[in-house]
Amino acid sequence: MSLLSMTVAAGQLTPEQRRSRRERLSRYVRPALGLALPLAAALAWELAVDMGLSDGRLVPPPSVIFATFVELAQSGELQRHVLVTSLRVAAGFGIGVVAGTLAGAATGYSTLLRQLLDPTLQALRAIPSIAWVPLFILWLGIFEGSKITLIAVGVFFPVYLGVMGAVMSVDRKLVEVGRAFRLSDTAMVRRILLPAVLPAYVISLRSGLGLGWMFVVAAELLGASEGLGYLLIDGQQLGKPAQIVAAIVAFAIIGKTTDWIIAAVAAPFLRWEDAFVQN
Amino acid sequence: MLSLERVGKTYPNGVHALDAVTLDVAPGEIVAVIGGSGCGKSTLLRAVCGLDAPSQGSVVLDGAPITKPNEKIGVIFQEPRLLPWLRVTDNVGFGIEDRPKREREKRVAAALERVGLSDKAMVWPRELSGGQAQRVAIARALVPRPQVLLLDEPFSALDAFTRVDLQDHLLNLWAEFKPTLVLVTHDVDEAIALADRIVVMRPRPGRLSDEIDIELPRPRDRQSAAFDAAKRRVLTALDRSLDRAVNAVEREQKAAQGAAMWW
Repeated sequence: MSLLSMTVAAGQLTPEQRRSRRERLSRYVRPALGLALPLAAALAWELAVDMGLSDGRLVPPPSVIFATFVELAQSGELQRHVLVTSLRVAAGFGIGVVAGTLAGAATGYSTLLRQLLDPTLQALRAIPSIAWVPLFILWLGIFEGSKITLIAVGVFFPVYLGVMGAVMSVDRKLVEVGRAFRLSDTAMVRRILLPAVLPAYVISLRSGLGLGWMFVVAAELLGASEGLGYLLIDGQQLGKPAQIVAAIVAFAIIGKTTDWIIAAVAAPFLRWEDAFVQN
Repeated sequence: MLSLERVGKTYPNGVHALDAVTLDVAPGEIVAVIGGSGCGKSTLLRAVCGLDAPSQGSVVLDGAPITKPNEKIGVIFQEPRLLPWLRVTDNVGFGIEDRPKREREKRVAAALERVGLSDKAMVWPRELSGGQAQRVAIARALVPRPQVLLLDEPFSALDAFTRVDLQDHLLNLWAEFKPTLVLVTHDVDEAIALADRIVVMRPRPGRLSDEIDIELPRPRDRQSAAFDAAKRRVLTALDRSLDRAVNAVEREQKAAQGAAMWW
């Protein structure tokens, strides 16, 4: 009876109601779709260990990882390491972004500066950033200085390249509109160049941040007494794979969260974009 | 009064695009510049609006030479060139940012009303059709109330129906303040529908070939015999301007062949 009445009710919905219902459904279902694969894999492994197909010693099941994660969080250990790592990334990212933005804007705007600086910077970019580590340690010591510098170097290049490319490829025709309306140099930057480069800038910030998280691990693996990278090494040396995976999960969470923050902050400024995929 | 005095332009790559063009345009006059491709029409327009300085001669507006973009001169390009990050209303108000907010809003609303796009004020440029976008561009150019409005093949990218519609829009807008219009086009119908005077240009290097006064009453009937007669006159003048060029090319080719035989 109730099933029947529901069917009838559904049949009586206006097209708009049906559409809004479908939209509401897709709003919850679509993000959840991305969770299907990892959840299924986790569940399968949990069951495999549960049924004794594997002892799960080297590849701990999700329940053990979760327990380790909670244990680390409860002791305050996890928060301390996350904070230390995040501060390193924040400092390195900040320095890298400022330097990359300034250098990219200068070389993109001025042909002379590009001819002067870009070949050197491209040559430096060709060096794997990790190769600098021994030198940074010699110059800056084994503590924060060398780590933050390594992260800043990693962040610098994608931001530099992104900004330079974006400034250089600003539509000449739009710049001409600015000239026809007699914009001053500062007005041209504020009203034409900045909005024009913003989409590419956001992307280069996000890839820069990704490299920042990558290099903080490299820096911490090479010698640290705290930080998530230290948790990784500690887990390896003491044979605690669950701790390693817990640290990796922590990386994934904060990496994704910080990336999402950049995207979310930028989104209101990019609503004009005429893109293939509209958000 | 807008005066061009022996305006010439040679680009850095050696292309001689424009040669000693002299032209006077009276206030409120509509002049159409017409000619085959590569005859320097756009170069001429860019010199008049001060985007590109001429290599020889000068452009003078009311006694003052124009060497860089001037507030008395507005430009409408071939493409709408709206700023994609500004909503329609902010695009239209782009040139009067320095005015008080109240005045700005009033003038923008009035301009949008005149081009029939009041309902699109808060829309992003990406949501406009080609014709609507060009109407926004016209509104944007007219809002600062320029004395001279330059149009560089403004309707060439649009379909025939939209084009005629926009030509009428343009005439309505022009009737309000009667700015001087200089319109570059390769569409003979458009030139005759709009202009008081048609200037025919001749290519390589671009120079004036003919001037034809169009003394048809407005609004102009595109089907009338007088319109057709004017069209024939313009087409004849265009043929004349291009014939010479064809002959010149032939002469050059013959000379090249002769040179080859000589070797």
